[in-house]
Amino acid sequence: MSSPAFAVARRVRVDAWVLLGLALLLAVVGSLTLGSNPVAPGTVLQALLDPSTDTDAVIWGSRVPRTLLGLLVGGCLGVAGALMQGQTGNPLADPGLFGVSSGASLAVVLGAYLLGFNSMTASLFLALGGALVASVLVFGIATLSRDLANPVPLAIAGTAVTALLNAVISFLVLTNASSLEAFRVWVVGSLGGRALDALPPALALALVGLVLAFANARSLNSLTLGTELAQGLGETLWRARLVGLSAITLTTASAVALAGPIGFIGLTAPHAARALVGGNHFRLLPASGLVGAVTLLVCDTVGRVIGGGQAEVPVGVVLATLGGVAFIAIVRRTKLAAL
Amino acid sequence: MTMPALVADRVTLGYDGHVVFTGLTVQIEPGTVTTLIGANGCGKSTLLKAFGRLLAPSSGVVRLEGTPVRQLSARAVARRLAILPQKPLTPAATTVRDLVMRGRHPHQTLLRPWSAEDAAKVAEAIASTGMTELADRDVGSLSGGQLQRAWIALVLAQDAPVILLDEPTTFLDLSHQLEVLRLVRQINARQGSTIVMVLHDLSLAARYSDRLIVLHEGGVLADGAPWDVITPAVLATAFGLEALVMADPASGRPLVVPLEPAPDTAVPAI
Repeated sequence: MSSPAFAVARRVRVDAWVLLGLALLLAVVGSLTLGSNPVAPGTVLQALLDPSTDTDAVIWGSRVPRTLLGLLVGGCLGVAGALMQGQTGNPLADPGLFGVSSGASLAVVLGAYLLGFNSMTASLFLALGGALVASVLVFGIATLSRDLANPVPLAIAGTAVTALLNAVISFLVLTNASSLEAFRVWVVGSLGGRALDALPPALALALVGLVLAFANARSLNSLTLGTELAQGLGETLWRARLVGLSAITLTTASAVALAGPIGFIGLTAPHAARALVGGNHFRLLPASGLVGAVTLLVCDTVGRVIGGGQAEVPVGVVLATLGGVAFIAIVRRTKLAAL
Repeated sequence: MTMPALVADRVTLGYDGHVVFTGLTVQIEPGTVTTLIGANGCGKSTLLKAFGRLLAPSSGVVRLEGTPVRQLSARAVARRLAILPQKPLTPAATTVRDLVMRGRHPHQTLLRPWSAEDAAKVAEAIASTGMTELADRDVGSLSGGQLQRAWIALVLAQDAPVILLDEPTTFLDLSHQLEVLRLVRQINARQGSTIVMVLHDLSLAARYSDRLIVLHEGGVLADGAPWDVITPAVLATAFGLEALVMADPASGRPLVVPLEPAPDTAVPAI
């Protein structure tokens, strides 16, 4: 217990949380102060405390909601990614694996094609509905295999449904101009220009998802030892799967509905978090959420700054560029743990 | 008479229509070390899985200390019976201590995630498997023998009176095989645990078990103390093996010495 090695391990752990906390603080401050119109931190603080100054329209009207949106979306995607990798035992699993993003995109395109919806608010609710329908469809197909011990049928069903939905999306957007326009606006993940009408329902779903995710942590710790040992440790497989998959669907669906299909965070945040706090899901899940939130906020801020007042660069684009480079750096520095 | 720790009562076991055992009855006495032996595919692991509630019999019933295991929840079984499968997955970025802590899962709930008793059992399991020095190492960096001891520590932390081990010595060199089997005897002696394991090495099985059960063609071919079970006749039937059985000079237990087949049945020289 008190061996020097253990003391070192404990100190490293604590430092990882301090590091994550500081990164989060910096990301939030950056997101509130930087942008096409930089505001000094002191002025931001003033505006936050006393919403009667000139800057309060920018701060309260734009920066604060955008920062909160970034925290929620990034956090949800990071947690969903860790859940997905734990449930499938696949280090390349991504929350989009169960057709959630494609389902959301198809719903948006269908809304434009069939009903002529092209407002952002309509897209948000359509996306939420589409994401939920797609994942229920995937689980339904996977359940037909009657082999809940095995994550492979789920991954196959998810891949097949995603391919099918994407085919339908391609058909619609290639043949119909208004569908293409709705899809074009939607498909690049972004925190800017999103209507916030869908925030309350998405937030509620996300919170339920996060509670279920935490409730799934013990089961995930057992499942990563293999399904037989997990059962031997008293795990009921169908229940562990149901709780985990519900958590993945709820967190991913609300993130996708709020910000569009943002890739990459769900895949990489858990890897960074695992390197920082280890593979125990009681620590891995919150750490993945923090890494996801920090990553999304930083990339969103970078996109606003390089946009320089004109067209800001959507966070999805920044993530794919910066995140790719960062991920290669992580792979080179640390031996990525195979699951 | 004491109640048996485990009973498979006229069980029919198999996978997807392929039947391995029909109406098999096996009883395990408490506080003993019993080893299942037999040729590859004879159903040793199948029987062990049925004992551990991982495989439901299509007929018959498995009883754990008198209670049908299907009437107990998975958690209730896990508090009374621990099973170490043949190939558990080694989790990523996990220390030995973290791995062993997972053995406490059946004793924990969401509202009571970690107790002083959990901490004590984990420390005890780590100490008794000689893993104290390695407790903060990543399990991915352990040697085969160390990793196997870590898995056994996890099973010990589960603190169940019945322990099932499926081929605990596979992939280990001889000295580490002996180390694991001595550990098994120690656990049995110290805690009075009932241990059922599957082994391939007949001489080691004879040396470290109170009782051997030879499985062959869907039934029990021989069952009893090592000297009653390990006979040339049994070996010939169960393994198609011609062998001498002699007393192991170190343990006095039966030692199996395989003989070369007669020239006319030998594989032709190339």
